[in-house]
Amino acid sequence: MSTTTELLKGAAELFPDEVVTEAHVRHLDLPAGAGRFALITLDNGLDHTKPTTFGPQSLANLNVAIDQVEKESAAGEIVGVGITGKPFIFAVGADLKGVEILKEHSDALAIGKGGHDVFKRLHGLSVPTFAYYNGAAMGGGVEVGLHCTYRTVSKALPAFSLPEVFLGLVPGWGGCVLLPNLIGADRAVSVIIENSLNQNRQLKGKQVYELGIADALFDGADFLSQSLVWTASVLNGDITVERPELDRGEGWDAAVARGRAIADSKVHGAAPAAYRALDIIDAARDGDRQQGFDAEDTALADLIMGGELRAGLYAFNLVQKRAKRPAGAPSKDLARPVSKVGVVGAGLMASQLALLFLRRLEVPVVLTDIDQERIDKGVGYVHAEIDKLLGKGRINQDKANRLKALVTGVLDKAEGFADADFVIEAVFEEMSVKQQVFAEVEAVAPAHAILATNTSSLSVSEMASKLQHPERVVGFHFFNPVAVLPLLEIVRGEQTDDASLATAFGVAKKLKKTAVLVKDAPAFVVNRILTRFMGEIQNVIDEGTPVPVAEKAVEPLGLPMSPLVLLELVGPAIGLHVSETLNRAFPDRFTVSPNLKAVVEAGKRGFYVYDSGKPELDPEVAALLKQGDSVLTEEQVRDRVLDAVAQEIGLMLDEGVVAEAQDIDLCLITGAGWPFHLGGVTPYLDRAGVSERVNGKPFLAPGLASVPA
Amino acid sequence: MPRTVRDVVFVDGVRTPFGKAGPKGIYHETRADDLVVNAIRELLRRNPDLDPAKIDEVAIAATTQIGDQGLTIGRTAGILAGLPQSVPGYSIDRMCAGALTAVTTTAGSIAFGAYDAVIAGGVEHMGRHPMGEAVDPNPRFVSEKLVDESALFMGMTAENLHDRYPSITKQRADEYAVRSQEKAAKAYADGKIQQDLVPVSIRRTTPEGGETGWGLATEDEPMRPGTTLESLAGLKTPFRTHGRVTAGNAAGLNDGATASIIASEDFARENGLPVRMRLVSYSFAGVEPEVMGYGPIPATEKALAQAGLSISDIGLFEINEAFAVQVLAFLEHYGIADDDARVNQYGGAIAYGHPLASSGVRLMTQLARQFEEQPHVRYGLTTMCVGFGMGATVIWENPHWEGK
Repeated sequence: MSTTTELLKGAAELFPDEVVTEAHVRHLDLPAGAGRFALITLDNGLDHTKPTTFGPQSLANLNVAIDQVEKESAAGEIVGVGITGKPFIFAVGADLKGVEILKEHSDALAIGKGGHDVFKRLHGLSVPTFAYYNGAAMGGGVEVGLHCTYRTVSKALPAFSLPEVFLGLVPGWGGCVLLPNLIGADRAVSVIIENSLNQNRQLKGKQVYELGIADALFDGADFLSQSLVWTASVLNGDITVERPELDRGEGWDAAVARGRAIADSKVHGAAPAAYRALDIIDAARDGDRQQGFDAEDTALADLIMGGELRAGLYAFNLVQKRAKRPAGAPSKDLARPVSKVGVVGAGLMASQLALLFLRRLEVPVVLTDIDQERIDKGVGYVHAEIDKLLGKGRINQDKANRLKALVTGVLDKAEGFADADFVIEAVFEEMSVKQQVFAEVEAVAPAHAILATNTSSLSVSEMASKLQHPERVVGFHFFNPVAVLPLLEIVRGEQTDDASLATAFGVAKKLKKTAVLVKDAPAFVVNRILTRFMGEIQNVIDEGTPVPVAEKAVEPLGLPMSPLVLLELVGPAIGLHVSETLNRAFPDRFTVSPNLKAVVEAGKRGFYVYDSGKPELDPEVAALLKQGDSVLTEEQVRDRVLDAVAQEIGLMLDEGVVAEAQDIDLCLITGAGWPFHLGGVTPYLDRAGVSERVNGKPFLAPGLASVPA
Repeated sequence: MPRTVRDVVFVDGVRTPFGKAGPKGIYHETRADDLVVNAIRELLRRNPDLDPAKIDEVAIAATTQIGDQGLTIGRTAGILAGLPQSVPGYSIDRMCAGALTAVTTTAGSIAFGAYDAVIAGGVEHMGRHPMGEAVDPNPRFVSEKLVDESALFMGMTAENLHDRYPSITKQRADEYAVRSQEKAAKAYADGKIQQDLVPVSIRRTTPEGGETGWGLATEDEPMRPGTTLESLAGLKTPFRTHGRVTAGNAAGLNDGATASIIASEDFARENGLPVRMRLVSYSFAGVEPEVMGYGPIPATEKALAQAGLSISDIGLFEINEAFAVQVLAFLEHYGIADDDARVNQYGGAIAYGHPLASSGVRLMTQLARQFEEQPHVRYGLTTMCVGFGMGATVIWENPHWEGK
C-alpha cells in the first residue's frame, strides 16, 4: 500500500487547505451474538452545515483505517466492517476546491487513482463490508458505499446523487462501473446521467432502496442501530440479500442509448462528461472492475484538465456562493420591513407576482386595476393557483385558507395602498403609463413605501423622475415563468437610495430569488444579451443564410432551446418590441429585422409548425421571408454571433451595467438557463478565443473558470 | 352511567442498556429523548399486532424535566418515535418511581375506561441532568425543620436507615451487593436480560472514554461481575465518616430509558397481544423524608391490604436496589432472609444501575420474565423507595399460574 500512501501524500501537499475528514474505527459487539465488528465513522469534526468531504488527506486517513480493519479481519478478530457518517451527513464526495487547484494531468490522474486504490480495498477484505447511508451522500460518498458488500439507507436521507456529470465530471471513484453492475445499466443511467442533467436532481432514502442501491431501508429515528441489527442477521445467515439478474445484452445497449438521447437533448454534444460516463457504463457490462476503474481515472483526469469542468465549477460557485452575496448590494441592516404588498395591475404577470409575494412573504397582498372585472379575474387566478397547490398536497387546508385570506383586490388605490410597504407595478410597458401609475401610487402610499417596477426595458430613472420621492423607486425585473426562473434583476435608478435598494434585496431574498444588482441601462442584462444574440441570428438569416443553418450554428453551445424556439416562447411581438427599444438606444449594434416585423405583422406566433412532431419552418413564414444572397456556413454564423455577444458584454462591463463578468454569467445561468458547462458564457468566450479576438483580452482572470496556469 | 372496572395487564416491557453517567459513559453524547424513543420503537417492533393509532396515551417519567427531558417528553418522544400525531402524551414525575407511576396512573385510567392501551415508561440521563440540577428547595424546609437537611441527599438517608435498623451492618449490605452482582452476571450468562434490551447507537467524539466514532450499546455498562467482599470492604463511605453506604452497596449514577405497553386485558386479548402480568393492586405511601428507604414497607402494607393478600402470598419480589440497606430493611421487616431465592432473582440496580425515573419498568419487565419461567407462582411484587420520603408498590398476578 506504500504506493497509495505516496500518491495521496503528494496530492495532499498540493492542497494544504483541505478540510480533513477523519476515519474513526470503533469496535462493537453485534446483537444476537453475531460477533465483533469494526465500524468506521467518517467525520470532519464540524457540524452538519459543513458536510464531510474527501480530499487527499481524508482518503489517506480512510486508508489507514482500512489498514487496521484489514489486519483485524485477517487475524479473525472481527466478523465484518461497516462505514457510516456523522449525524445527518454520510459524505458528499470529493472536495471540489481540491479539484479546482489541479494544474497537471498527472495530478488529476492521481486523485482518481488515489480514491480507487483506497475504496476498492473495502471490496478486497476477507470479511463482508457494510455501508450505512445515514444522511446526505453524494459523489465519492455514494461511491465509497458502492465498494462495500452491502448497503442500508435511512428513510430520513434527504439527498443522494452522483452529481459529477452535472458538474462536468464522471463518477470517477467506481460509480460508473459499480452502479450499473449493482442495479443494471438502465437505473444507473437514470442516476448518473438523467438526474444529473435535470438540475442535479436528488434521490431520497426510499428511492435509493427502491432502485436497489441499498439492500435495506430503516427509519431515521434508530437507523444505525437497526442497520447493525440487520447486519447481525445477514452475518448469522438469517437474512439473505437477493440481487436481481442483470440484462447485460440488449437491455444494457438500450440503457446506454437512452443515456445518449438524454445527453443529446440536454447538452447537444456540447459537454463531454455525460458521453464519457456513458462510454464507461457501456464497457462496464463485462464486470471487469479494474479495467473500468482505469477508464474512470483517465476520463476524470481528461475532464479535470478540460474547460467544461472548470466552467461548470465556476458556474456552481456562482449559484452557490455569489448568488447568496449579491455584488454591490447595500448593507442589509438598512432594509425596512415589508408587511404589506401592493400590486398595480391584475393581469397575468401581476397575478403571478401577487402569488409569488403571497407564498414567500405571507403578508397581505392587494391588487388594483382599472375595473372590478379585471381585479376579480386576478384574485381568482391567485385563488385557483392556491387550490392547485392544495390539490397537489404542497400546502394544507389551513395554509390555503391563510393565503386566500391574505390576497384581496380593490379598485381604489388609496384604500389598497395606504399602509403598503412595497408596491410593484406590472402595467403596460409604456413610459407615460408607468409614470402616471407611480404618481397615483405616491399620492396614497406611505412615505417609506418602495415603488418597484417590473419593466423589462424602460428606464427606471426616467420613470422615477417626476415623483416627489424618486429615491424609493427600484427596478424589479423578473423572468418568465416567474415561479421557475430564479433570476431577479434589481435595477438601481439614478436617485435610488441605499435603504430602498437594501429593502429590495431583502424582499428578493425572501422571494428566494437570485438577485443581481444592475445599473439602469437599456434592457438591463439578460434581455440585452439575448437580443443582441438573436439579432445577429436574425441578421444572418435576413442576409441570406438558410434558417436551419443559422439555427444549427449555435447548437454546440448546448443552449436550452434554439434561438427561434426561444423567440416563439418569448413571443415575436415582444422580441420585436425589445429590439426596437435597444435599436433606439444603440442603433449601430441593434437592428430591427424587417423579416421579424413582417412575421409579427402577419400575426404569426412563431417561425415553426409542429405538425410532424418536429419543428419545421412554417410555409407561411417562409413565404414572408425576404433574404439576401449572402450565405454563411455554420462556423461563420457562429463566429459572428459569438463576436457580437462578446462585444456587447465587453461594452456592458465598460458601462458598469454590472459589477463584474461573473454577474453577467450568473444572470445568463439563472435567467436564461444557459448551461453550466459554458459557465454562463464568458468562460466559453475566453476558452474559444472570442474574447481575445473581439476585446483584446479575456473576461476572466486565468484559473477562475479555467485550468490554472 | 354504570361502569365496570376492567382488568389491566402488562403486555411487554423493554429498556435501553443502562450506562454510567459522566464523560466516559456510553451515553455521554446521546440525548435522553433519543433513549426513550429507542425503547418505544423497540416495543412497537416487538408487538406488530398493536396498531400504533390505537395507543391512547404515552406517559413518560423523568425526574429532571428540563432540556432533553423537558418539553413534555411523553408527547415529544411519541412524535419522535413516529407514533401517529393523534396519540397524545404527557410527563410524569415521582423521582425514582416515575416509570412505576406512569404505569399505575395509566393503569388506573384503563381500569376506569379512559384508555385501552398505553405506553408507559421513564428516562433519566443523570450525566446530562445530575441529581439536584436546578432544584430550588423552599427555605422553610430547613427554617421550620420540616425535614432534616439530610433528606435531600439520598446517600445520607440510607445511612439514616442503617441507624433505624442497627442489625443491618455494612457487612450484610456488602454481602447483599456481592450477591446482586453474581445474580446479574448469571442472568446475563443465561440470556435472561438481553432479550429485553434494545441496542442503541452511541457516538463518541472525544477519546477520553475510548475509541471515537459510532458504536452500539448492547449491554449494561455499570455491571461489575466478579465483585468480592474484599473489593467492597475498602471503599469509601462518602456520606458519613465510618458510615456503611458505599458506591459498592448502592446503585450508581446512570443513564437509561424504559418503556412498556399497558392495556386492558380485553384489548390485549382482542388484539392478540401477550398478557404477561395482571395488575392486582398498587399503592404509594409517605414516610419521613430523611429515611426515604423505609418507604416500600408502608406502601407494600397498603397494597397487600387492598388486594386482601399477605406477604406470604407473594412468590416473587422485584425490589429496586437504590441501596442494599433499603432492600435489607424491607426483608428484615417481613422476616425474609437476605438471600431468599424469591427476591431479585436476576440481581438488581446495584449491578444494572438505576437511572432514576426509568427503573420501575425494569423491575416489571424482569418480574414478567420470572412469571413465565415459574408458573407455580401466582403473585409477585415490584417495589421501590422514592426521594423525599415515599414508597411505591405494585402487586401483580401471574397469568401463567397453573393453580395449586
